[in-house]
Amino acid sequence: MMMNKPTYTIAVTGLNNTDNPGPGIPVVRGIRESEKFNVRIIGLAYENLEPGIYMNGALDKTYLIPYPSVGIGPYVERILEIHKKDPIDLIIPNLDAELYTFMKAEKTLIQNNIKTYLPTLEQFEERQKTNLNRFGEKYDVPVPKSKTIASVNDIPDLRDEFDYPLLVKGKFYDAYIAYNSEQVINHYNKISAKWGLPVIIQEFIKGTEVNVAALGDGEGNTIAAVPMRKQYITDKGKAWSGITLGDKKLLQITNDLIKKTRWKGGMELEMIKTNQGEYYMIEINPRIPAWIYLAVGAGQNIPEALVLMAMGEKTEPMKEYEIGKMFIRYSYDLIGNIGDFEKLSISGEL
Amino acid sequence: MKLKENIALSESGFLFDPNSGESFSVNSPGKEIVKLLSEGKSNKEIESYIVSHYDTDEKTFQRYMDDFMHSLRRLNLVENDDE
Repeated sequence: MMMNKPTYTIAVTGLNNTDNPGPGIPVVRGIRESEKFNVRIIGLAYENLEPGIYMNGALDKTYLIPYPSVGIGPYVERILEIHKKDPIDLIIPNLDAELYTFMKAEKTLIQNNIKTYLPTLEQFEERQKTNLNRFGEKYDVPVPKSKTIASVNDIPDLRDEFDYPLLVKGKFYDAYIAYNSEQVINHYNKISAKWGLPVIIQEFIKGTEVNVAALGDGEGNTIAAVPMRKQYITDKGKAWSGITLGDKKLLQITNDLIKKTRWKGGMELEMIKTNQGEYYMIEINPRIPAWIYLAVGAGQNIPEALVLMAMGEKTEPMKEYEIGKMFIRYSYDLIGNIGDFEKLSISGEL
Repeated sequence: MKLKENIALSESGFLFDPNSGESFSVNSPGKEIVKLLSEGKSNKEIESYIVSHYDTDEKTFQRYMDDFMHSLRRLNLVENDDE
């Protein structure tokens, strides 16, 4: 029997396909490959030069939105203004710094028939880098020792608690290795100026970083999980190339964490595997990662599954994926028209 | 000593460890040794195969084999028979 495919209008953020890419465009690629529904994609951009806006065939429409720092009220007001003109079924926020705003606004969005598929505020908060020690204890997962500092005066005392080298991390992004307290001061100043306080000091665990892109259904089930190791890293520490792994222990850790936390939505689990085969969790990013198209290419279309679950469709857990599948990023010059740039700059839409 | 399960070896001598994502390339005799290890052959059996197929003697082979096994162990590609 022929079934009519539904058409969903899905809004995505994170269109900054730069050398530190947002996950927006890879998410869109996964969604567009779905054979279960048709889509109209609305791009929500913060800057009028986000490359995703100008990529042919990626977005059907783009709207500029203000940064979340304007406050939840004006931010949601802009989303609802867009929704009134161009009704949205689902929003997939893809950037860490906006997630809190979307979680807080979830009720308002639902009242206006806009769906999201996000972790709860509690899940979001407890995995914050500043709460990593507590998270490790609560869920029985090894984590590197971490401490938050909010003043340069705390730096000299670090030598009593940590061995050098150690890591200096921003609350949202950025991590630098420091071999002495002078370097900690430098990194502290740089990070606090960019991302604010506190700054996180973390034990440096020697090993290989391995990551998992996963999706939880909010009831403890892992709907999808694909492990990856970065093969080539940019000077910003971002993956420029990666390969899927057949690491069963890593998958087990992911399944256990999703079960214990009852994680809802997309996530990226960042772990360090030591040479002795021990795993330390360094971070959970509460959203789909920018390398998600590798998971799609390996056989688990996580963006599609997220859309289906958000729309209330039952989705069976995906267990299989191809091991040894690789991605390699590249840069490419798009040619654009000043008219498009003008239209977006003046009217806030394209 | 045996090759770890799942280690993939292609005809070109390309080794892939799916657990770590690491890949390596080995030369022709290296490829044959890895293949024999994956078939569970003992050191003695590998020695007699290599000595009969290559222009080398037992003593020279063992010297290079020790180095090669050390590299495989360091790269986590082999494990003890009882593991």
